[in-house]
Amino acid sequence: MEEMEVVLLTGLPIEERRDFILTKGKQKRQLKCDADSVAGSVSQRACVYCGARVVLNPVTDAVHLVHGPIGCASYTWDIRGSLSSGADLYRNSFSTDLKEHDIIFGGEKKLARAIDELVRKYRPKLVFVYSTCIVGVIGDDLEAVCKAASGKHGIEVIPVQSSGFIGNKSAGYRAACDALMRLIEPGEKKYVIKSKNINYLGDFNLAGEAWIIKRYLSRMGVDINVVFTGDSSYAALKKAAGASLNIIQCAGSMIYLASRMEENYGIPYMNVSFVGIEDTSNSLRNIAKAFNDPEMAYKAEQLIEHETALVKPAIQRYREKLEGKKAAVYVGGGFKAVSLIKQFKEIGIDVVMIGTQTGRPEDYRRIGDLVDDGTVILDDANPAELEKFMLEKGADLLVGGVKERPLAYKLGIAFIDHNHNRKHPLSGFIGAVNFAEEVYATVCSPVWNYI
Amino acid sequence: MKDNTSYRYANENPCNMCMPMGGIISFKGVEKSMVIIHGSQGCSTYMRRHIAEHFNEPVDVASSSLNEKGTIYGGENNLRKGLDNLIKLYNPGLIGVLTTCLAETIGEDIERITSDYLKDRGLTDLPVVAVSTPGYGGTHTEGYFLALKKIIYRLAGKAGKNSRINIIVPSLSPADIREIKRILHVMDVDCILFPDYSDTLDRPFERPYKKVPDGGTRLADIAMMPGAAATIQMGVTAGDNISPGGYLESHFGVPLYNLPIPMGIENTDLFVETLKNLTGNDVPENLRQERGRLLDCMVDSHKYNFEGRSVVFGEPENVYAIVKTCLENGIEPVVVATGGKSNKLTELLKSCLNGCRGNVHFLDETDFSEIREKSKESAANIAIGHSDGRYLTEREGIPLVRHGFPIHDRVGGQRLLSVGYLGTTMFLDRITNTLLENKYGSYRSNMYQKFYQNTGDNPLQTMR
Repeated sequence: MEEMEVVLLTGLPIEERRDFILTKGKQKRQLKCDADSVAGSVSQRACVYCGARVVLNPVTDAVHLVHGPIGCASYTWDIRGSLSSGADLYRNSFSTDLKEHDIIFGGEKKLARAIDELVRKYRPKLVFVYSTCIVGVIGDDLEAVCKAASGKHGIEVIPVQSSGFIGNKSAGYRAACDALMRLIEPGEKKYVIKSKNINYLGDFNLAGEAWIIKRYLSRMGVDINVVFTGDSSYAALKKAAGASLNIIQCAGSMIYLASRMEENYGIPYMNVSFVGIEDTSNSLRNIAKAFNDPEMAYKAEQLIEHETALVKPAIQRYREKLEGKKAAVYVGGGFKAVSLIKQFKEIGIDVVMIGTQTGRPEDYRRIGDLVDDGTVILDDANPAELEKFMLEKGADLLVGGVKERPLAYKLGIAFIDHNHNRKHPLSGFIGAVNFAEEVYATVCSPVWNYI
Repeated sequence: MKDNTSYRYANENPCNMCMPMGGIISFKGVEKSMVIIHGSQGCSTYMRRHIAEHFNEPVDVASSSLNEKGTIYGGENNLRKGLDNLIKLYNPGLIGVLTTCLAETIGEDIERITSDYLKDRGLTDLPVVAVSTPGYGGTHTEGYFLALKKIIYRLAGKAGKNSRINIIVPSLSPADIREIKRILHVMDVDCILFPDYSDTLDRPFERPYKKVPDGGTRLADIAMMPGAAATIQMGVTAGDNISPGGYLESHFGVPLYNLPIPMGIENTDLFVETLKNLTGNDVPENLRQERGRLLDCMVDSHKYNFEGRSVVFGEPENVYAIVKTCLENGIEPVVVATGGKSNKLTELLKSCLNGCRGNVHFLDETDFSEIREKSKESAANIAIGHSDGRYLTEREGIPLVRHGFPIHDRVGGQRLLSVGYLGTTMFLDRITNTLLENKYGSYRSNMYQKFYQNTGDNPLQTMR
């Protein structure tokens, strides 16, 4: 194994990146992660603002106002597939469109007027004001402007401290969670706590995924109080403190919120994942266990049995075609990476390279436990590394986002879109079939015969 | 004509992008070049994502990944390290350094930093082109032209006069650039086309994969541009301060023929005539035939096109070319919009929109909220522009003919052909067929409602 690592890592031109990459084997070196990206390495990561926007954008009836130059709003206008059952204000991208003059004289007045304008036009109950790089530098007092606007209009105007340079995408998740915490009312006395009422954290309702999970839980007799933040609304978020349990899927973005809610409102939390049959089943079981309710546990088993029976034959058919293929994974956060390893096992595929943009040490420990010896694990990778390791490990497919897709295709490697703008659900039992089908569609396409 | 009404403080759904975005595209048209964005990591990643989704090509752009420390104490170390790593990873033949809002606001002197860097590293032969592109300083279109000007400025050689013709193209599809190259070829023009991203952003599938794609205007050719016999620049809307052709004329005395994009019969004629006059070469038979086929297409479709009420939006240069093509074909532009400020476009439109039947809304520094409002007000029935216009389809049912950059919700933006006689024919067919599709989809129910159910419409009201 030692040898293998030497072979693999020698071809890396950037010395500093070595600590972020390892090959699973005998040696137990800790993978470096959650650090600043290396300048010039062509990181695939975005910024603090991006992290904050991803988490908050699904709040459907909020005005999402970007205080900054036009680009930040332009590149994030309705690019994600979060669905709404009600309002669609969130599908707009509002910006104060700061110009040179505003940089010199400050943007506070413009921001205040922009809020006035938008509140008058759309009558929202909630405005999120995102800070961008220059706002952090020119020193606009976001707090003060938001506070004044809040008082003036009698609504909540919440600043999101997401200046791009203050950290990486994870810092943006934190900024979003801070903004959400300001929204949640201390609930215990105000809201009747229903014993089987839970919050579901870290699902952004891409292609209706939160709705799928909501139906599963409802069949077990569990109500979802509010989802953070897929298809959520101002009113629903306000009542978040009235839940008896928080379940977290995307831990990378939401664990901080969960721990603060535990601290402030005494709501316990547990990690779940609805990616793949195994994780979905275990998560449903664990929820029933958390309520210590035999009837719920029974219903969960029934549901799992029923749903598994529905999808198993199709998945088995795909498995027969896919057995022995090798997958590479490069996704945003740790939970998805961990679940994907298991999900690939369900269809007979081994993961030979796996990495994330913002994984935490505990994510990488789990990943290390799950993958086979020889698998390359890497944090905050770049195109050169993805290319190198995919080719060296003989990957047949890559799971990633928009930027990774053309690289895979140019290398003649199949590709799975596991990003926020996908149009079909990958959660739950139905998601497991969709996933297997997508893997089949790309790995077994006839086009590869011609290249 | 112009009716930018009251000042608005909030932009609602942007119709433009920021300066460094355009700069990246320019550099993609230079042989073996790579770009590093001096700013926080997100800028580079967002732009890469935007470009990659349009062209379906890997787009590697580095970032100096400025963090809090760099922002407070200066980002020189980050930029130097970024350049080191970029060179190690890609071994580029030229490096573009583009600034961002952040770098400009903290006052980074990238000219000095990069020249010091090259001296320290003994890399004085490696051309590095630093361009100041703060996001708040202008649109992607301005970033595009400014980067072109800076690249010429940096590479301008001392070589004497030559007989070649500079062809400077604005933001077009790779297919359009290839078509312009074909026209130049059949007209036997010895030219330097710049920038040329027709291969770098639309490469054939081949193995092994190359991190830095083949193609792009050769550095040696760019160096010859100041000695060329003439420049044809498709940049009638470019401001004088950023016009690369203007720079070549004022500093090196290269006569400038500033022409519109060759779209539509008049503008393509203008391009071909100019080539003919500059080279003395005849227009070959196959090009004449293409012109004839375009005329045939225009005649065949003119009645269908007459029903078109278009909303045209996007980059000024494209907007002007499309408006002209609409006018030639009896399609009435009812809303003409661009996200930035363009005095040249305003002037040009004034003269060509005078003959329009009705009122034309011209919107600059606008956003999609306003475009939507005016489109609805003026009963537009076809939208022409990049894919953000899908908002007009979704909200107002106005079908969109996708054109320009970016196109994110359909494939093939890089393959859309719209220039020259041939390209215009294809562009027109896309427009006409969209109008027809809409008509066929609705005329039965429209007639039923109007005449069978007799909703009381006065038939004369529908006349224009």
